[in-house]
Amino acid sequence: MKKDSFWKRVTGWSLFLPVVSLLLVMAVNIIHDIAVGANPLSFFMITLRQTTGNGTILYGRIIDILNRGSEVAILAIGMTLVVSSSAGTDISVGSVMSLCASFCCMLLAGYGVSSATTLACPLIVGILAGILLGVICGMFNGTLVAYFGIQPMVATLILYSAARAIGLLLCNDLIVYVRNGTFGIFGGFLGVIPTPVVIAAICILVMTLVLKKTALGMYIQSVGINGRASRIAGLNSKRIIFLTYMLCGLFAGIAGIVASSRITSADSNNIGLYFEMDAILAVALGGNSLGGGKFNLAGSIIGAYTIQAITTTLYALGVSSTQAPVFKAVIVILIVAIQAPPLKAYMKRRNMAKQVKGAA
Amino acid sequence: MGKKTKLNGHTILLLITIALFIVLYAGGCIAYGSKGFTHLQTFLNILITNAGLICVTCGLTIVMLTAGIDISVGALIAMDCMILAVGMRSGMNAIVMVLIVLLIGVAFGMFQGFLVGYLEIQPFIVTMAGMFFCRGMTAVICTDQVSITQQTSAMFYAWANAKINIPFGGYINSKGKYMVPYIRPSVVIALLLLILTFIMLRHTKLGRSFYAIGGNAVSAAMMGLNVKQIKMKAYMLSSIFCSIGAICYCLNTMAGSVSQALGLEMDAISSAVIGGTLLTGGVGNVLGSFFGVLINGTISSIVKTNGKLASSWPNILTAALLFLFIVIQSVFAMLRNRKK
Repeated sequence: MKKDSFWKRVTGWSLFLPVVSLLLVMAVNIIHDIAVGANPLSFFMITLRQTTGNGTILYGRIIDILNRGSEVAILAIGMTLVVSSSAGTDISVGSVMSLCASFCCMLLAGYGVSSATTLACPLIVGILAGILLGVICGMFNGTLVAYFGIQPMVATLILYSAARAIGLLLCNDLIVYVRNGTFGIFGGFLGVIPTPVVIAAICILVMTLVLKKTALGMYIQSVGINGRASRIAGLNSKRIIFLTYMLCGLFAGIAGIVASSRITSADSNNIGLYFEMDAILAVALGGNSLGGGKFNLAGSIIGAYTIQAITTTLYALGVSSTQAPVFKAVIVILIVAIQAPPLKAYMKRRNMAKQVKGAA
Repeated sequence: MGKKTKLNGHTILLLITIALFIVLYAGGCIAYGSKGFTHLQTFLNILITNAGLICVTCGLTIVMLTAGIDISVGALIAMDCMILAVGMRSGMNAIVMVLIVLLIGVAFGMFQGFLVGYLEIQPFIVTMAGMFFCRGMTAVICTDQVSITQQTSAMFYAWANAKINIPFGGYINSKGKYMVPYIRPSVVIALLLLILTFIMLRHTKLGRSFYAIGGNAVSAAMMGLNVKQIKMKAYMLSSIFCSIGAICYCLNTMAGSVSQALGLEMDAISSAVIGGTLLTGGVGNVLGSFFGVLINGTISSIVKTNGKLASSWPNILTAALLFLFIVIQSVFAMLRNRKK
């Protein structure tokens, strides 16, 4: 009996599924390492390594996953809030990332310049302007969803197709390179730690604090569960939905700057491509319902890193980047099918039947 | 009562869509008349380039009527084209390949429909996984661009280059030669599919069930409709139509490659939305979606005829139109709510 209740407590834990899927990915790595005869724990090894460009840095597969997964993790924060409050997804984040990166690099390099070594304006101005543009995009989406009552997917479809195109216009159809050491810092290394990891950690920390210390988290969930009831209870539902979209835009802006700093250029066509899908996937993998309501930020973050872990593992197994989506699709369907309501109901019925049999 | 209430609300939206298309096209004719925009062939070219998209949008409209979404269509087209190209390169008969592609559409749609209908997983997630799967599968089959030539399949080549002449609307070109306007077989397929879908949605039990489920799934179930099965059928139809669209698409491009039809799902969705279909389900008309495709096609045709505008303008203009349309839609919805 006691063992049973412990098992139930574990499976009932809200982070059970995300953590299990992350552990599964790690297990695959360990098995693979044993199979090829490498150190079974090489997945977890973190070493200090000398590089020519960045000095001494931390090196290891885990560090790589944390580093590469930063953008999706940052996006997942905003996406979680949007999904929770409006029961819809913001599919424009990838395009907005690209737009913010283009705008930032355009300001730093000057319009029409394709490669710049000296900055046309102070670094901080470019970065803040890029992030501000992200916030404005978020506000545009938020206005349409909250005040015009348009379905989130249609509303964000506008910027999905327009933002990347506007970014291309801003860059004059060029790939703008900012070959200045200071710009590369956001996608490079801060001491021994990769900067994207630090930025992601700061974003997560700040957002967690805001959600925990203020009533915002509760407000968002209550609007998501029942917007009308929240309105009657005295919450300004529309403003809260607007706010979540604005935050989503803000995080898209930050992610855009990180992604562009990583390659020290604004490649409008490729920055943030399919990132909206990864961010939505992260939210779903984190055990959050895409139907809105209750959310679990930690789950989404774990989901984001799980996606990156899957990708990195697939590359380690020798799968090419164009073929990797097949496995991603299979994994997604398996994970989501386990969580499907009819299956859960079936399991519950079977358990109850067992209990009845045991009692008799 | 019946006829009068029919004319407000969504019928007006359809009329606005059609009017907008006429205005856009007339604008194009006035601005670029000297560059040959007024010729019938320009309009027919829009149909030819968008034949695949018309098929896809028909299927997508059905799914959207049931309050679902199918974003796997673009990737499915890429996979189908790749299968067609690789199959014919290895010497298979064109008819056999076409049948195989259609079968794949049925199976793929059935699986997606099962997940959405019976396992009640959100359509967005299911079809997103479908999108990843198809895109990845395309790369698994072949990572290079495979083209279909006369050597690989003479029959398919003949289909692609068949011209169906139209007896009127020709013009005399600069060399003094009379140009007969023509369409390709893919246009005939697309238009037939459009008419079939229109009749099915209007006059068959299945078609009306789609509307009923999208309007209110609970009351549809109470009325005795098998909601799960009908949902599955919607996704099956979408994938089958998409496979037919893939054949039309392949007849245009004559190649299969990993990056083909990238983002086509969003073109199809925006066409349907401009045509007055609501993502919340229950409202929409496949004719509107057709005009949505034509509007998208006209915009890119105008930008192409101008020749000086940057390649990103069609995207921005389509997005601006989409913005205009959803604001009009929401204003209509607000007005209706106020009346109640």
